[in-house]
Amino acid sequence: MLELNDVSVIFNQGTQLEKVALHDMSCKIQDGDFITLLGSNGAGKSTLFNVISGSVEVSRGSVFMDGIDITDEKEHVRAKNIGRLFQNPEHGTAKNLTVEENLALAYSAKKRGLFSLAVHKEDREYFKEKLKVLDMGLEDRLKTPIGLLSGGQRQAVALMMAVLNPPKILLLDEHTAALDPKSAKKILKITNELIEKEHITALMITHNINDALVNGNRLFIMNDGTLIQDFDAERKKQLKPADILNYYEV
Amino acid sequence: MSLTIILKAIELGLIFSILSLGVYISFRVLNVPDLTVDGSFATGCAVCAVMTIAGHPYLGLLLAFAAGSFCGMVTAFLQTKMHMQPLLAGILTMVGLYSINLRIMSGAPNISLFSTNTLFTLIDSELLILLIFSLVTGCILFGFFKTNLGLMLRATGDNEIMVRSSSINVDRMKFIGMALSNGIVALSGALLAQYQNFADITSGTGMMVLGLAGIIIGEAILRKRTIGFGIASAIIGACIYRLLYQIALQFGIPATDMNLMSAILVAITISLPYLKRKGVKHVRA
Ligand SMILES: Nc1ncnc2c1ncn2[C@@H]1O[C@H](COP(=O)(O)OP(=O)(O)OP(=O)(O)O)[C@@H](O)[C@H]1O
Ligand SMILES: [Mg+2]
Repeated sequence: MLELNDVSVIFNQGTQLEKVALHDMSCKIQDGDFITLLGSNGAGKSTLFNVISGSVEVSRGSVFMDGIDITDEKEHVRAKNIGRLFQNPEHGTAKNLTVEENLALAYSAKKRGLFSLAVHKEDREYFKEKLKVLDMGLEDRLKTPIGLLSGGQRQAVALMMAVLNPPKILLLDEHTAALDPKSAKKILKITNELIEKEHITALMITHNINDALVNGNRLFIMNDGTLIQDFDAERKKQLKPADILNYYEV
Repeated sequence: MSLTIILKAIELGLIFSILSLGVYISFRVLNVPDLTVDGSFATGCAVCAVMTIAGHPYLGLLLAFAAGSFCGMVTAFLQTKMHMQPLLAGILTMVGLYSINLRIMSGAPNISLFSTNTLFTLIDSELLILLIFSLVTGCILFGFFKTNLGLMLRATGDNEIMVRSSSINVDRMKFIGMALSNGIVALSGALLAQYQNFADITSGTGMMVLGLAGIIIGEAILRKRTIGFGIASAIIGACIYRLLYQIALQFGIPATDMNLMSAILVAITISLPYLKRKGVKHVRA
């Protein structure tokens, strides 16, 4: 379970550029939740993810995971339990590394230690099996530098990397926004399948109201650095796209 | 050009191929231009010369590597813990090292090793020794970059955002990478001191650019940018650069102009992609 207690994030505090990105935000996220997150630009959605992953320091408040205070835990320490996908497919993979090396980065070190060969023969079989699920022909391109793949393909590999060691929490920040409609649909479908299969707790930011309604069991709406709506599964089912629009400032 | 001259050029090329391998780690793998090199190369020369005179030519190589690694870690410390720009961090270490190198050499601007036993007086074939050093360093690096730690280092230079959001400690990677890079640079300096029977306080000047020139020439010839080809590029490029250098000398270009040549070569090659793009735009317009 993940818990935020009155978290505030203030950028450039005490200067003219001061910006309150999160304002006393609290929420409880249960194991197995798949929460979709809506809100206008600058509402603080990405900042919320940065707080959860530890890449932004909180100005006030605390963050608890499974009852343990992780507010001051470093990003790379938390990363053991948190997987993350970005809007820009280039951010999720290392372009000069091959497909198999990228996957090994997420998979091999924890299994074998730092000085072991990263990609073993049996890994290739395992990776191929996993990549087949994506149905993008990537299983035949293990040795291709990932920078040569399309954005959708890169995002698919990034998704694979995030779930190779199933994280406790998966943060998806508009991870289909840069893709064409067909790829976006596919990635979203795979996302749902992986989350279900590995029982991952997930949060997904999107600007697509329909995606936000169709996916997940809870819906957050954020505005101005606070959570203004938290729809549970029951209430979410009854929501229509038109209802959502009311929550956006017009 | 006689065979002896060519042979000499290749031997020096092999020494500088090790320098290029070191620079490759910072410049290509970690993706930061690291000026520590100009200092750590001379540190390698100095440490090795002092140890050789004391009668330990082999230990000298080892200690030179260790000293170079330490220099790299100082720069990494400034970069990561002090949040300094990589270029400035490298320059500060380099400047500081000038004084330290003088201290290592007990205040003398140069040390002669002519009357002492070096690696090259103990074993006969200079070419063979240097070939082994260069190839073994290259092979070890190749193997290393295929390990998990090696992948993490490469990923750090490639995509820091991704690495930060995975459970890899980016700062630690930079320490390891800079230490390895400058250790190898210092090893190259140490070999040069023993090979020339001479260590000089100014021997590091321009070494970062020289190492880079080797990499760039090699890349232009081999063209592929995978890690294996990159390492091969550094070795082959450094040797070819030295041969070209020798040819230039034969044509009467003074040795003192060679730094300018290296600088121009690197400047042109690095701006080539930009110039090409601009060219394409002009054609379209
Ligand atoms: N590093 C930073 N320094 C200063 N201000 C920042 C920083 N990061 C975010 N902000 C500001 O904080 C506010 C919230 O930003 P955030 O990125 O969380 O919005 P968002 O909800 O993700 O928006 P979008 O839908 O456009 O991605 C914005 O006003 C933004 O300008
Ligand atoms: Mg955002």
